Amino acid sequence: MRSILITGGNGGLGRGIGRYFLEKDPDCRVWLGVRSNRRDAEALSAESEGRCQLVDLDVTDAKAWEKAVAAIVEADGRLDVLVNNAGLHRDHLLAAMPAESWHEVISSNLDSVFHGCRAVVTPMMRQRFGRIINIASLSAILPPMGQTNYAAAKAGVVAFSRTMAKEVGRAGITVNCILPGYIETEALSGMDDEAKKVAKQGIPMRRFGRPEEVASAVFFLACQDAGYVTGSALKIDGGIF
Amino acid sequence: MEGSSEKKRTNEMSQGPELRQKIKEVMVEELMLDQDAGSIGDTTPIFGAGGLGLDSVDALQLVVALDKHFGLKIGNSDAAKGILESVDTIAREIEKAA
Repeated sequence: MRSILITGGNGGLGRGIGRYFLEKDPDCRVWLGVRSNRRDAEALSAESEGRCQLVDLDVTDAKAWEKAVAAIVEADGRLDVLVNNAGLHRDHLLAAMPAESWHEVISSNLDSVFHGCRAVVTPMMRQRFGRIINIASLSAILPPMGQTNYAAAKAGVVAFSRTMAKEVGRAGITVNCILPGYIETEALSGMDDEAKKVAKQGIPMRRFGRPEEVASAVFFLACQDAGYVTGSALKIDGGIF
Repeated sequence: MEGSSEKKRTNEMSQGPELRQKIKEVMVEELMLDQDAGSIGDTTPIFGAGGLGLDSVDALQLVVALDKHFGLKIGNSDAAKGILESVDTIAREIEKAA
């Protein structure tokens, strides 16, 4: 049985990835990392007949990571896949950006990846197998105004992943990034209809992506046959350049 | 994943030359070395020129592998430098801890 941990498990993308694994791999257990908001994750868990569990996880807290990973390894005997999906954005033009917004975004999007990868690397080295998929963002390479914090964090995630990939490749662990563009989740809730219309005009496919279109790429990168793919950063954005 | 009983069994069975041979086999397997275990000398330097030529990434993997197979816990990098000099120094540390 494969054991899979997905952070940001209550969000639309996290649940979408979890649901995809549950549907496509009957021999897996999905752990959704959740913090205070957990209602939607609980709903997915309830319909999974025990194959989807919730685990308390503040991704900015190294000790919380250690505890969560230990609980999963205790329960499943292993941890095969980590999907670092949790994150948030606090957009401001730089001149008006409060220091708190900078630190919160760096902590949630970049520190979290460090803590998570640090927590799973030894168990994965022991089992000589691991798949780490870090959800970055198109903002890492095509940042819009107002996201100096978010773009810096996500670009950091890409660089972090490429570096880690070199360090752990020999141990059978792959580390890859996904760079989603506009995906239909609550992350777009701050956009009004006009803003969405303008955004779609900038996408060659003229539509936003669906969570399952990101999940399918995560699923591939997590599979046994993707063992030679590491250090990659895959854009999933409808063709934006 | 391996259990503590396997580690105990390994330690009980392996002493002296047998333990050193087992360490070499673990190194070849876990570090994917392109050589036979028998070609590694007991005192061949593990790192640096004139030895096996392993690097810091191999060192990390070796630390994990020694814990996994022999229950040897290496607490810090200073200790690791002394213990990971050769198969012989590793074996002596395992024998000391047994």
